[in-house]
Amino acid sequence: MTDVVIAGIGQTPVGEHWEISLRDLAVDAIRDALKDSGGLKPQALFVGNMLAPNLSNQAHLGALIADFAGLTGIEAITLEASGASGGAALRQGYLSIASGMVDVALVIGVEKFTDKIGSDVEEATATESDADFESIHGMTIGAQAALLMKRYMHENNVPENGFAGFALTAHANGVANKNAAFRKAIKAETYAKSEMVSDPLKIFDMAPHLDGAAALVLTRRELIPANGQSQPVKIAGSAASSDTLALHDRKDMLFFDTAQISAGKAMKQAGIVLNQINFFEYHDIFNIYAALQLEAVGFAIKGKGWKLAEDGSIGLSGRIPCATMGGMKARGFAGGASGVYQAVEAVIQLRGQAGANQIADATYGLIQSLGGPASTAVSHILQKLG
Amino acid sequence: MEIPRHWRLKKQRYGLVGEVCPHCDHKIFPPRDVCPNCGDEAKEQFAFSGKGEVYSYTTVYEAPAGFDANAPYTVAIVKLEEGPMLTAQLTDLNEQPISIGMPVEMVTRKMRNDGDERGVIVYGYKFRPRMAVA
Repeated sequence: MTDVVIAGIGQTPVGEHWEISLRDLAVDAIRDALKDSGGLKPQALFVGNMLAPNLSNQAHLGALIADFAGLTGIEAITLEASGASGGAALRQGYLSIASGMVDVALVIGVEKFTDKIGSDVEEATATESDADFESIHGMTIGAQAALLMKRYMHENNVPENGFAGFALTAHANGVANKNAAFRKAIKAETYAKSEMVSDPLKIFDMAPHLDGAAALVLTRRELIPANGQSQPVKIAGSAASSDTLALHDRKDMLFFDTAQISAGKAMKQAGIVLNQINFFEYHDIFNIYAALQLEAVGFAIKGKGWKLAEDGSIGLSGRIPCATMGGMKARGFAGGASGVYQAVEAVIQLRGQAGANQIADATYGLIQSLGGPASTAVSHILQKLG
Repeated sequence: MEIPRHWRLKKQRYGLVGEVCPHCDHKIFPPRDVCPNCGDEAKEQFAFSGKGEVYSYTTVYEAPAGFDANAPYTVAIVKLEEGPMLTAQLTDLNEQPISIGMPVEMVTRKMRNDGDERGVIVYGYKFRPRMAVA
């Protein structure tokens, strides 16, 4: 099979973009990505979005975004898998190119959280859980993470500030990312003193919900034009997996099966083993999720994922650098755009353009996009081409 | 207004009625008609005792619309004596500290107002600390 490559990337800064609409965010990222690709002409558009019908009273984003990007006529649909929508859109784009049915695909992730505020955002995000048996009881996504974190700390004897390393690492890495919402490193005391959101979950244990859009141009390697991207990045592995929607229905809620299954399949397809992965962009919407992903993928044994944050293993020069451009904590959680931001940031690493955050000799990056508490996981292995 | 959505769940909300698998005897809540243990059809109704223990718990301060009037409140995952786990609020706590493993029992309480003052009031299960047997 011919190589499927990412031939162009684009992104907007993540933040509170009161003056920019959902569609304008998407178009900004698309224009950047198409320019970066050397003017490839997309035949299909895959939109990753989580909550536009709830947050912006806007469904049917495929047609809308194709329209405002000046691409009417092309195939255009939305993929929704909660927080994994971006990863799901990337996978659909990948499948379309790999199948040979599409030559050039555009993948856009976009989310506009600030069209609603406060309890309306909580109500919207709560729709990712089981409406009849979770959210009707007042469950929120923060409460889900807090329940997992409380049980994890109980079973594994994690000290009170045991998750601080995830926040410290992400915020340190966000400083040099000009598209990150927060570009200031934090101290351990700042984490320790931060506001309690849902005991034991502190404000620094979760990512801020913000606006943003990120885009990718996918094609087959031989279709890159002469004036096109000189450093295409190969999609070497792509896989997705699903688990029970409700946390209470899991056989073991402290192990993210989907993270293990999708990462394992993606690695097998890429023909690599764990220690060949040079960096990992995990889905750190909550620090507990990052810990559970490190365990599920195999970087730590069960119950010890938090130690990798404490001992520096996830730092830029550590054993397995994570959230290398700030992750969701510092870059910001832009819903269905998050999985696409991960891919954009991984491409920047693999092109060697990550500046102060550059991972030395980066060849393989694993990116993993989660929907809810890993009810969906989508994993991709991106590879630098020699 | 979401009356049918709540009405069709009345057996679960008021009676904690789930299912038992006729093939492997696995107890199922919430009901799903397909046994998650053996994969066979499981439509036989089974009323749970309502007794269980706290598997994990937390407090919600930033509540979704429709629940903000009740915030802060405590949400828990409860492991029922018969096996399955469910999500529910803890209630009637007074000043009692909560802990993982604490025995709890089901009670029926008001869960939320559905919409404005003319909206339906949704009742259903919550769990309180288990009362000592006299």
